Amino acid sequence: MEKMIIEKNGIRGFFMQLGNKWAIIFLLLEFTIFSFAIPGFFSFNGIQVLLINSPFILLLGLAETFVIISGGIDLSVGFIMGFASVVSAKLIAVFVELGINDLFSIIIGIIATLIIGTIPGLVNGILIGRLKVPAFIATFSMLGITHGISELLIEGSYAKNVPPLAGAIGNGSLINIVPGKTVSFFISPAVQRGEQLIEILPNMFVIPFIIIVVFAFILKRTKFGKHTYAIGGNVDAAIKAGINVKNHITKIYMLSSLFSTIAGILYMLRFVTGKADAGLVFLLDAIVAVVIGGASLYGGIGTVWKTLTGCFIILVLEMGLRMFGVPTFYKLIVVGIILIFAVLIDQFFPELIHKED
Amino acid sequence: MGYLLEVKNLTKRFGGLVAVDNVSMEVKEGEVVGLLGDNGAGKSTLIKMISGVYRPDGGKIFFEGKEVKIDSPIKALSIAIETLYQDLALAENLNVYSNIFLGREKLRKVLKFINVLDNNYMHEESKKILERLEIEIPSLRNRISMLSGGQRQAVAISRSIYWNAKLLIMDEPTAALGITEQKKVLDLINKLKSQGIGIIIISHQLYDVFSVSDRLVILRRGKKVGERNIKETNPDEIVSLIVGAEKVSEKIYPEDRN
Repeated sequence: MEKMIIEKNGIRGFFMQLGNKWAIIFLLLEFTIFSFAIPGFFSFNGIQVLLINSPFILLLGLAETFVIISGGIDLSVGFIMGFASVVSAKLIAVFVELGINDLFSIIIGIIATLIIGTIPGLVNGILIGRLKVPAFIATFSMLGITHGISELLIEGSYAKNVPPLAGAIGNGSLINIVPGKTVSFFISPAVQRGEQLIEILPNMFVIPFIIIVVFAFILKRTKFGKHTYAIGGNVDAAIKAGINVKNHITKIYMLSSLFSTIAGILYMLRFVTGKADAGLVFLLDAIVAVVIGGASLYGGIGTVWKTLTGCFIILVLEMGLRMFGVPTFYKLIVVGIILIFAVLIDQFFPELIHKED
Repeated sequence: MGYLLEVKNLTKRFGGLVAVDNVSMEVKEGEVVGLLGDNGAGKSTLIKMISGVYRPDGGKIFFEGKEVKIDSPIKALSIAIETLYQDLALAENLNVYSNIFLGREKLRKVLKFINVLDNNYMHEESKKILERLEIEIPSLRNRISMLSGGQRQAVAISRSIYWNAKLLIMDEPTAALGITEQKKVLDLINKLKSQGIGIIIISHQLYDVFSVSDRLVILRRGKKVGERNIKETNPDEIVSLIVGAEKVSEKIYPEDRN
């Protein structure tokens, strides 16, 4: 019987290995080049800024990772994020107006938004999993619906009257130190003129990172994760193996919607406002991050950690271009081109990027 | 003696096409029934109704004497009906042991409350079951997409026999196998039969069917056109039943003749 073993030697083997690891190599190269070319890029502040800018693409990337591995696509993540930023901002403003104190208003507002935010995913999941609507159509419709509702809620403007405490959380870090004065956790302290504030690990990175660690574990180590891969690999086999595919797909889209909602809430905390198109630019970024991380748009392949690499390739690129003084529109063009190439490679040389784990 | 499986007047339509028309058949414990017919005769559709992939439009299924509604593959698996599908139904992106345990993963607890996959257990068990078939697979951690057709078939067969089936349905079990492996599978079928498992086997290889079956059921264009004990028939008669040669038409469809 013929034995099939992945080549590890020779020129072809070398390129196969390179293909498998190219994303992480590319990220390191990119980071090194920018560090040498741009003063201040590789610095405490530079890294800090990079991390502060990361939560939206990380969370939407996580959402797309689950969806794409299951063989679908979710185009609504960006506008569900905007929807969540608007809903949470509105709710919190209402609670504050009712005389509830700021902290409780924020907490209740966030919890309520998390629940409301899974509804678009539930609808997507039922349409796709049970009623066999193509994922592209169902989520594209949801994009329009959430966009429209958000705009109506804020009447084409911004959501206002979010208490400043939200901003203190959104712009805080895990550890905030004012030397010689205070140390606070999670919430950014008020700083007097002339005082220095040392921030270690911004909330904007810590929160998505914890979620990523948890769901990377779920995807890799649990039954839920295994079934997600199976459905993406061969949905017919998954059904015949007795997996409840309809329910599983519904859960996947609800999860995607939940991550997008968390991204929207973080946006509200950071910018102290809600905006219907808050997540507009992150949809493309998220899908590209998943694909350049090595997932297949045909489903069944990909990991959370590889998506993380993909996210940082885009984040570093964006920040590098900005610090170079290049308009960030170029980033959109580059990212679009990367997506096309990644898909072409996926289609014509799948063995180049899809290896055993 | 009661039957293990009894299907009565099973019918399945796809739009205007009647894929399976009023078919009844039985399987006893420890009996191998060969299901034969030309392409499009309705064999696969019939077994997919028994394995829960399709829901019948009419008719009843009895298992161990009781009527059962098999409305999903989960239901069939839960009453110990295992199926080896013609397309093998493997997730090519998963490794060997993940496929054998797909949908019925062995879990273990970490920190007393988190259920995680017990990969080591599944790996070891899969190794044991594959050894029974004596088909060499380099590593059970390899994805199915890296295996040859014969190896894939071995994985699919292993999965179907691992779960202590009472009834085993095998759709083309030897299709992708070499001659020595075919023989191993036929030996395996005989062994399972001696353990009291009822088996339905579909195959185009008449030799295989004759060497393991006790009884043959022949379908043509969705209808059951004959049933023969293996000792009272020969391949020629079976072939003429399958293709519907004239002398057979006389017996079964006298009304077709003017």
